[in-house]
Order: sequence, then structure tokens, then C-alpha cells
Amino acid sequence: MKTVAEFAIGREQLLDASGAPTGPLPAFAGDPEQLLAMYRMMVLCRLFDTKAVNLQRTGKLGTYAPCTGHEATHVGVAAAMRAEDVAVPVYREYGTLLWRGVTMTEILTYWAGDERGNDFAASREDFPWCVPIGSQSPHAAGIAMAFKVRGQPRCAVCYIGDGGTSQGAFHEAVNLAGAQCLPVVYVIVNNGWAISVPAREQTAAQTFAQKGLGNGVPGVQVDGNDVLGVRKVMEEALARARAGDGPTVVEAVTYRLSDHTTADDASRYRPAGELEAAWKLEPLLRTRAFLEARGLWDETRETQLRAECATRIEAAVRGYQGRAPAGTDAMFDHLYANPPAALEQQKAIARRFGGGEPH
Amino acid sequence: MPRVTLVEGINLALARALADDPDVVVIGEDVGLNGGVFRATVGLQQRFGKLRVQDTPLAEGLIAGMSIGMASQGLKVVAEIQFMGFLYPALDQIANHMARLRNRTRGRLTCPVVIRMPHGGGIHAPEHHSESLEVLLCHHAGLRVVCPGTPAAAYGLLLAAIREPDPVLFLEPTRLYRLAKQDILDDGVALPLDRAQLLQQGDDVTLVSWGAMLHETRQAAERLAQEKIGCELIDLTSLSPIDWDCILESVAHTGRLVIVHEAARTAGLGAEIAATVAERALHDLLAPVQRVTGYDTVMPYFAMERTYIPGVARIVEAVRNSMKG
Repeated sequence: MKTVAEFAIGREQLLDASGAPTGPLPAFAGDPEQLLAMYRMMVLCRLFDTKAVNLQRTGKLGTYAPCTGHEATHVGVAAAMRAEDVAVPVYREYGTLLWRGVTMTEILTYWAGDERGNDFAASREDFPWCVPIGSQSPHAAGIAMAFKVRGQPRCAVCYIGDGGTSQGAFHEAVNLAGAQCLPVVYVIVNNGWAISVPAREQTAAQTFAQKGLGNGVPGVQVDGNDVLGVRKVMEEALARARAGDGPTVVEAVTYRLSDHTTADDASRYRPAGELEAAWKLEPLLRTRAFLEARGLWDETRETQLRAECATRIEAAVRGYQGRAPAGTDAMFDHLYANPPAALEQQKAIARRFGGGEPH
Repeated sequence: MPRVTLVEGINLALARALADDPDVVVIGEDVGLNGGVFRATVGLQQRFGKLRVQDTPLAEGLIAGMSIGMASQGLKVVAEIQFMGFLYPALDQIANHMARLRNRTRGRLTCPVVIRMPHGGGIHAPEHHSESLEVLLCHHAGLRVVCPGTPAAAYGLLLAAIREPDPVLFLEPTRLYRLAKQDILDDGVALPLDRAQLLQQGDDVTLVSWGAMLHETRQAAERLAQEKIGCELIDLTSLSPIDWDCILESVAHTGRLVIVHEAARTAGLGAEIAATVAERALHDLLAPVQRVTGYDTVMPYFAMERTYIPGVARIVEAVRNSMKG
């Protein structure tokens, strides 16, 4: 039998776990401002995440999906995107959306149970958080299709988890993207776990990057704890997409250093020792070591940055906690541009009974 | 003034919308060169090109999902689902995202999408090709559900649906696609959404129906007229929201109500209409509300489909029962 098609999956890594470059670095790594901006955002994310979990533990936030461990992936992706591109997140990619102008107050407003948190004031075209797993995938393909129809040099970037790739919607979307050569990049964040199911039980595939291959879409794997590697791979994928050369599936291999959400307890299913081992590979340490080796960072700057972050986070907390409740009309007012007459009757009932009984 | 069938009326409306508005894009399975399995999109790809009239991969969930992304960028997507029985894979996207995107972003992102699909049986089609699933859609806030009963309504309401800034599910009565012709003016004028049509005035009983069942309901009204029973005939047209004023006004006049639909009886739209009339107009009623519906069975394969679909005799009997009440 002769071979009629062949495939390969490459893996990119620019920084090892100690922060040492594995080889020559891309041009952006020569710009201290860009390096520092990425590191600062990663630290902000870590501190914001810690605060958000604490807010949930003290009853001031609903169920929250933490991002600790994912900072390099989320920030590396965002740094490679242009402002006019569109992000289609899952529900924990704070590093990406904060980079793009979404505010911490908006994120906290959302997790406090209020849809106003999805009304991003800055990045107006980015999609809101997506809870039904994988269902965001076709939205990104559709956004990319709109860019193609209008001839705009813009790209969509769609996140999905390792578990999410088991959904049909993901494969349908990647298939369309390939068939129509759409300007979209699918970023599979392989953090090892889909709630309690480990990635190795999710699929027989050796990599998640190869999930695009069956649909004719090239895939590449990157160390998701290496912000430089993620950014490089994303810059290449976005350049390809923008040039009209079609989609890419990127697998960022990282680790969920938290529970799935604050409603989860990973100690029920995660093997002893795995978490400790993963902490040795986490992204902030290696990025800081890399910056320090280049003389761009030190303990004083770290202390100063953390203090600045704490101040910003406290302001964001005050922002969402100080927000007046939306009022019962809000439940009705955004369903339609031209609301049906009968809704007015129900709106009046809701007004009369107000916020309901305490529970 | 062209004399056209219902499916030709849809084709005219699509061509008009594509010509008038560069943001309109038609997508679906086989809608391109083939012109759709019912030929609703025939000639459109040749005229407007492959970017504006697109064949999609064979995946209904994708068709609904990609429409959301396209619409969020301001395109006005008219998607075709080939038969209503294939709506199910698309429901996840329709219910979880299309219906909710405006609400959950507080108006920041919207979904000006029309999803067209053939509705109902009676054309000797394969299994899963003859379903009447309107209640699956009517249950979701954020959607409109429209079912035109004539070529002129199909033309004018499809234009209105495409111009509406929110999602509209557009159910096309398969049985009526080529049943009758009507003169329509291809003038680009839309008909108002959210309205029922009073097709015929009468003094004794109100008949409410929609889609292909209007055909049998109209025949029943003609037969009943020979018995001196005057039927007021309402084409519901807008299945969500329902034009309650039209129904309640008619029931106030006739005192009797018979609802005719092809979909299964239990939790069908007839139940909603009967319940609302009971709530708001019980004292107008001279007799119990009657429902003539499909049975609570699976929509049978075509050998038995006429057993399932309510016939004229069932409607006539229900009206006679109502007159006894």
C-alpha cells in the first residue's frame, strides 16, 4: 500500500522551565517594553484570580472559574492578536480579554451573576464568556466568514479546552474553517483536565494539535507555560490566516493549577504529587527568571508591581460591589430590539413583585 | 405583476433582499448551484456569487452557529435548514446562543438571522422530513417564529424577517410550496411581523390555524357554510409572539373557538391559545374550546401521514361539537 497523505505535529518551546531560551528568539523578544507588558499582565491575572477565588469563598461572588496556571497561554495569545481581531473565549481566559481592554470590574460583575459584565465597554466585538462547552467554535468560524465576505484583513481567535474538543461543534467549525480557508485560529488549551476527566482519557489522539488534521487544518503544539513560544506560534498562525492561507489549530499544553471552578474539589480525583510537579513548570517563575537574566527585572520591581496590581484589583472590587442592582426591567429589556407587546404585561408583574423572596 | 407559488415568492424575496442590501448572505446545504432541494434559492448563487449565496458543510448545528458569528459582525444571514426534522442539531445553537446573545451582552452583540425551514408533512417524504416542531422554538424568549400561509405572505414576511434586528425562525409549509399561485408585486415592501391575518369573517365560530393546515381549515369552513355555520378564519401567521388581540376580538364576536394544527396535541401551540382564551375571555365563550391536532404519536412515515394530519372531516366535526356547546 502506498502512502497518500502524511502529517506531522511540531512542538514549539522558546523558554524552558528555568526561563532559559532554548534557541534564538523572535524579534518581539528583543523589545523590553513588550516583554515587560506581557509579564505584568501575567502577574495581574494571577493576583486577580487569587482575589476572585477569595471573593467567592467569602460569599461575594458566585461560582468562579480560575485561570491560575494559564497566564502564559492567555497573555501570549492576546499579545499576538491585533485590536481589530475578535476573541471568542471560553470562560477563564482573563489574560486575553484583560489585554484587549475588558475590565476586572466587568469580569467580577459577570461572575457576581449579572449579565452587564458581558457588555464589554472597550472590546465591543469580542464574544462574551461561553458556558456550553465547545458551542463557541462555530461562532468564531462565522466571524471569520464575515471577514472573508467583506474582504477585511482580520482574524478570529477561538479558545476551547481539551475536553471541549470532544464536542461535535468543534469539529464542524474546524471543518468549515478548513473548507472555506477562513481567517481563524483555534487555540486548544490543554490543561490536563476536563473537570475530573484527564486529557489522556478524553481521546486516543497523541496530541490535541492533531485534532485539526482530520479536517485538513494544520496543527501545532506549544508549551503553554512559555509566553514567548505561545506568542510566536500565534503570530505565525495569525499571519497565515490574515494572508488568506487559512486556519490553524494550536494546542497550548499547560496545567490547571486550580480546581475546575470554585464549586469543584480536585483533590477528589487528582493524583497526589501531580499538582506539586506542575507548580515547578508554572509560567510566572520562568518568565520572571528570563527577565531577571536580561537585567529587566528585580525584586524591587516585583514588589512595586504587586502593590500596583493590588490597588487596581481593590478598585475593581469596589467597582462591581458598588454597582446598583440592575432592576427587574433588565430581565426583559434586552430580549428584543422590538419587544412583543405581551412581554410588557409580564414586566409589570415582575416590577410589582420586585426581586422575589429571600432564600 | 408575477403570478407565483409560495416557494417562488420566497425566491423573489431572497433575490430582492440580496439586491437591496449588501449585508444579506444566504447560506445552507445545497442552496448554491442546486438552488435548494425545494428550489427556494434557485438562480441566486449565479446572480450574487459564491460568497453571498454559500453552500455550507452538511451540519445543521454549524449552520446555526456560524450564522451567529456572521450576524454578530452585522451580516444579515438567511440560513436554510433543509427539513424541520433536522432542526434538532441546530437547537443547541438557537436556544443557547442565537436567542440569548442580545440579552446576555445587554444589546452589545445581536443576531439578525433568519432560519428558513420547510414545516410539516403531506409530500410523501422520507422519515424525519415531515415534522411540525414549532413549539420547540416558541418556548424560547429572544426568537420570533413566523409561518406564512400564502405566496404574498411568504414574500412580505420574509422581507420583514430579514430586516428584523433579531432572529426569526421562518417555517415554510411544505405542502403549500406549489399548491397555489398568487399575483404578487415584487416591490420590496415588507408585511408587519407579530400579526395574525383575518382571512374570512363569520359570526358563529372562530377557526385559528396556520401553515399548511389552513388549506383543510378553509375547506372545512366552506363545507360548514353550506350548513349555515359562519366561520371566522384566522391565519395565526406569527406563532411567536401570538397576536392575542386578533384572536380575542374574534372570540368576543363568535363565542366559539376551534384551533387546528398539524403538530402533536400535548403541549402544542393550541394548548397555549386555549389557555390564554380561558384566562382572558372565558365569559365570551359559549362552548368549550376545541383542538383539532396531530396525534400524540411519532409523525408516521408517509404511508400513514394522511391518517396523522387532521383532515376536513375532523375539523368539521369539531366545529359541529362546538356549535352544540
